[in-house]
Amino acid sequence: MIEHSIPATQAVVTLDVALPGIVWGWIITMNMWAKSIGTGVLFVGFYLLKKYHSDEKIQAIKMPLVMISIIFIHIFLLFTVLDLHQMFRFWHIFFYPHWTSAITVGAWIVTILVGVLFIMAGAKYFNRDSIYDSFFPLAVILAIPVTLYTAGIMAESTARELWQMPTEMVQMTLSATLVGSATLLLIGNNSFSDEAKRDLAIVMGLSAFVAFLLYMGEYIFGSMKAEEVGAVLQAVKEGGAYSSMFWVGQTLAYLVPAFLVFLSVTNKSYGTMPLASVSALAGLWLVKHVWLIIPQLLPMS
Amino acid sequence: MKLGFLVDLNLCMGCKGCEVACKVENEVPISSWRLRVKYVDVGVFPDTKRTFTPLRCNHCEDAPCERICPVSALHYLDNGIVNIDKDRCIGCAGCIMACPYGAIYMDPETNTADKCTYCAHRVSSGLMPSCVVACPVEANIFGDTEDVTSGISQYIMSHNIKVRKPEKGTFPKHYYVGGGEINLNPLASVRKEGHQLFNNITHLKFIGGHH
Repeated sequence: MIEHSIPATQAVVTLDVALPGIVWGWIITMNMWAKSIGTGVLFVGFYLLKKYHSDEKIQAIKMPLVMISIIFIHIFLLFTVLDLHQMFRFWHIFFYPHWTSAITVGAWIVTILVGVLFIMAGAKYFNRDSIYDSFFPLAVILAIPVTLYTAGIMAESTARELWQMPTEMVQMTLSATLVGSATLLLIGNNSFSDEAKRDLAIVMGLSAFVAFLLYMGEYIFGSMKAEEVGAVLQAVKEGGAYSSMFWVGQTLAYLVPAFLVFLSVTNKSYGTMPLASVSALAGLWLVKHVWLIIPQLLPMS
Repeated sequence: MKLGFLVDLNLCMGCKGCEVACKVENEVPISSWRLRVKYVDVGVFPDTKRTFTPLRCNHCEDAPCERICPVSALHYLDNGIVNIDKDRCIGCAGCIMACPYGAIYMDPETNTADKCTYCAHRVSSGLMPSCVVACPVEANIFGDTEDVTSGISQYIMSHNIKVRKPEKGTFPKHYYVGGGEINLNPLASVRKEGHQLFNNITHLKFIGGHH
């Protein structure tokens, strides 16, 4: 904007009310992070159970898998409700649903998913594997919109130019496969075969690599297309807390896992996978947090 | 009927009478504003000028806040006003994230979203919004934009009008006469924290009840 870029026309806001600050903070970061784990283990676990259907050690993760999904989906739901300023009115979503809102659609689908997950857990508890197996595809199908609906909310946030729908949709999917494979690598570290670990490592490494490329694409080229995106990205380009958090997050979530996966697969040794998994899990939280916060630093008026 | 609002920035003198009238009429809590007048200083001394821009909800025809609201707390009235039902609002703040104009805030007393409603309660009784009544220079013009004989339609026809952020595709029903980039585009001016005229408020520490 020429109005504030040259001295002759410099324009300075000299009186305005206080800016609202951060509206969606770390609670929403927890929401997105936990949801990625809760749905990610379903996606990657489904693949693993199908491919290694005769491997007893893989089949033994059926109960842990569904329990991890239930726990993290409930952490996600807990933080969703905690973030509401009127949390005891949460039931309004079910009694006054507004279907153009991604929030409403997501809330309903995740409720159905939770029901399906409890059926699967019950089936496994009573050794009714056939019921577990028949409900698993439904859980995976429901997990897709549950993973993506947050991208829908970001897309409906018209004010935040940084959050574009196709990119966010892909990022949400990659987040789920990244931490889904990381979680399964952790729980199967001592029992899975090298072949299964290799499969999980490749999913994690590729997810990390592609997600990193997408962020770098936005970082480098975003400001060339949209002025608002450029202004938002200044928060991570100018230095400061969010800049550090952004690069630490990118390193932990994507670069470290991708590098360790590359070394592991080429050397056929998977001893570093727990480290890569923990790095991915911790880094994703930082990445999500920075991307959530920085558009909110820009004045809207 | 589609009610719209027009502000002639050539007339506005930044008295903030509209701000005060709005606060009183709608009992807007301290630190929150349905309507505010932004001052932007332009140029280098001695060639400087000060611009005044009243900012409020734009009552968009395709309102992002209405679309994202999960419980229809934000809804359209038949006259085009985007109204809010505070008893239904769950305080998810989706509307705050969606509004490109920063017009919605979280009411710290009710913990629900709130914004300008063009004084819908007054309009339904045949009264003008309180800010229109309070303006000493009649810079605020309010009326039916579908009626070509209305005051606002006549004003629109005889002046060049602008809206804020037309590229967002929200079709605002709030127009400005005499507005330039400096008035209407937040990226056209610099905000230096701690350098405001009458106060040193920069960012609110808390939003609503999340202490």
